[in-house]
Amino acid sequence: MAEITTFEQFVKRILKIIFWLLIILPMVALPIFYLFYVLPVEFTCNFSLLNCSEHINWSLALYMFDPSKLNPFDPNSYISQMGLGANSMLFKLTTFPGFTFVALLSSMVIWWERKLLAKMQYRIGPLYAGRLEGIFQSFADLFKLLFKEIVVPERADRLFFIAAPFAMMALAGALVGIIPIGPSTYIATSPYSLLIVIAIIGFFPIVALMAGWASNNKFSFIGAMRALYQMISYEIPLVISILGVVVLAGSLDLFQIVSAQSRIWYILPMILGAIVFYITSMAEVERIPFDLPDADSEIVAGWQTEFTSMVFGVIQLAVYVKLYALSALFTILFLGGWSGPPAVPGVVWFLIKTLIVETIFIIPRGAFPRVRIDQLIKFGWVWLIVLAFINFFVAIALKAFFGL
Amino acid sequence: MSLPTQSSGLFTEQVSEDKLVVSIGPQHPGAGHFRFTIRVEGDTITECIPDPGYVHRGGEKQTEYRTYIQSIPMIERSSLLDVTNITLPYCMAAEELMGIQVPPRAQYLRMIMSENQRIISHLYWLGIQGIFLGHSTMFMWPLGDRDIFIDLGQMIGGARITYSYCVPGGVRNDMPPNFKDRAMKVFEYFESRLKDYERIFFRSPLFEKRTRGVGVLSRSDAISLGVAGQVLRASGVKSDTRIDEPYCFYKDISFEVPVYDDGDTWARCMVHLEEMRQSMSIIRQCLEKMPQGQIKVKLSPQQRAQAGEAYCRTEAARGAMAFHIISDGSTKPYRTKWSVPSFRNLIALPKLLVGSHVADMPAIYWSLDYWPVEADR
Repeated sequence: MAEITTFEQFVKRILKIIFWLLIILPMVALPIFYLFYVLPVEFTCNFSLLNCSEHINWSLALYMFDPSKLNPFDPNSYISQMGLGANSMLFKLTTFPGFTFVALLSSMVIWWERKLLAKMQYRIGPLYAGRLEGIFQSFADLFKLLFKEIVVPERADRLFFIAAPFAMMALAGALVGIIPIGPSTYIATSPYSLLIVIAIIGFFPIVALMAGWASNNKFSFIGAMRALYQMISYEIPLVISILGVVVLAGSLDLFQIVSAQSRIWYILPMILGAIVFYITSMAEVERIPFDLPDADSEIVAGWQTEFTSMVFGVIQLAVYVKLYALSALFTILFLGGWSGPPAVPGVVWFLIKTLIVETIFIIPRGAFPRVRIDQLIKFGWVWLIVLAFINFFVAIALKAFFGL
Repeated sequence: MSLPTQSSGLFTEQVSEDKLVVSIGPQHPGAGHFRFTIRVEGDTITECIPDPGYVHRGGEKQTEYRTYIQSIPMIERSSLLDVTNITLPYCMAAEELMGIQVPPRAQYLRMIMSENQRIISHLYWLGIQGIFLGHSTMFMWPLGDRDIFIDLGQMIGGARITYSYCVPGGVRNDMPPNFKDRAMKVFEYFESRLKDYERIFFRSPLFEKRTRGVGVLSRSDAISLGVAGQVLRASGVKSDTRIDEPYCFYKDISFEVPVYDDGDTWARCMVHLEEMRQSMSIIRQCLEKMPQGQIKVKLSPQQRAQAGEAYCRTEAARGAMAFHIISDGSTKPYRTKWSVPSFRNLIALPKLLVGSHVADMPAIYWSLDYWPVEADR
């Protein structure tokens, strides 16, 4: 820590402290507030055997005797009546369709990817962290990253450098927030939710450019430029491949698109669109064979080169959350979302389909080499756009002549 | 944007806005122990300045302070992937100076070990070429299969990598009786694996897209630059020391030298692939023809060589490897000169990189099979 000698440094230090407080407060202070203050007070006041005023401080242990009172999915449980149940916005945002659920799912997907690739390559993969086949490897990596020092390069743009990973995470979170995972399990909804999804997807390369420019590193800069190239060649086929589904469903609402697939999943008539969407979203999440923006043998780690510690961890988390969001979008657009035999809830069907799609996203990493940037752009502009337009015309024909 | 000029006497230059000077290595994942600077205009490399010498340790000078047998472990260290092939020409030159005839069994054992070493070196090369093209499976598979050949070498040599197998006068160990069965099993397994490699990597359309027409070295350029080994053979020149100037018993063995006319990265990859097949066939034939007898001529540790010069050339894993020893009749060489293939292939790097894409840089660089430690000696 440098000494504070000028007023400017003093202001900068204060701003830095406020910045970190803004990040840490929602993550740490809010749960502590609810767990140690709101819940015990409310609980002990309703608990008839005890006098609430005397037992506030140690009453936390008391409600542990009856964990069912804390079940947020039970509308009669104590926590639901307090307004913190599964239907409350706080719970949705932080826990179930929101951050905690997606982060846990992503860490499991990371583990699953590593195990799957290891099996493809005749390796063992993660083995020791956790009793079962190294299932806690992602958490071990998380704790390792948490204990590392955050290094900001000299002459880097500090504000943008630190802000970029969190902006990335926020965008990935927004993507998760707008994509429903069940008929009644969603965070936000809108009649134009598909448009919102496309708008959010368009923001990611800007964050990559922000990170690459702020790093003050040539490899980062080349990687960021590659991310932009990739966007201009793949965003358009991505949008056009979605258009076919929109024409068939007649709506931009993701709920409407799912309910329109009650007769037939759109992957059958829209197989071209599904292929184009699959390829373009693979380019969107920067996975092999389209991992040019962070090609490790050419430009070190692309726009992520200078990031260290949990800042890098946040980027990785955002990338996997984005992978989950695009798989979920694929499930909604082409695989009928949460529809399935009613023996199991729709959310379970949705998650099964999403995980299968994520696995299909993962497999090419073990099977293909990386493509070159000019080949990628040519492929995007020549093949994918043509295929996406053919798919679009097929959708119009189906709608006009067969009334699908 | 212009770089600040320093007045410290270092070489500095002004760069314009549309050009980016990128330093690759020695800490870059695409270049180990080696650095080169490229100037990038858009996505095209306009200039490449190689800067070797990061792992120079004066091997040639060090041989002057060691007796003939003491130098061998030190020579080995400069080419860890290819230890038999780098000590073999040294031993042959020393034997020529000492006037020793090596027993035939030792010569066959030397051939087996050097061909085994060639497969080990090529598998390592293939793994790195795979990961340079972004193919992680092609990184794991060859490096895993390489271990089996290391085990095979361990059966004869005793150590895994640095077994100092060739010594002046013969070889250090005889092969165990179960070696032949084991080697046949390994070859049978590896031939099926090579088909897997072809299916997942060499016949992959993306691999062909990444390597066809990339880094083309024409036949006349290859000859005038004086490149060696796979780079020369991929440019359509049928040059192999094992055929041109047969040493050991290579003249008794029939094998093919793979030659491609394309001169691009694809051809260099295919030459490596074919050479592994040929090496296995050579070891098979050697095991068939293996004579009985001595494996070594006993020499004193302080063996003196006659005054004079000797020059011996062999085909190492990366190309023609030559040793020139000048002796003044004492127990130590007066002077040695190593001609290593890596250093001769380096001269092709700027020629191939200029005009190519930045993304092709790792693929072209590694297709030359440049091993900095060997080149710097």
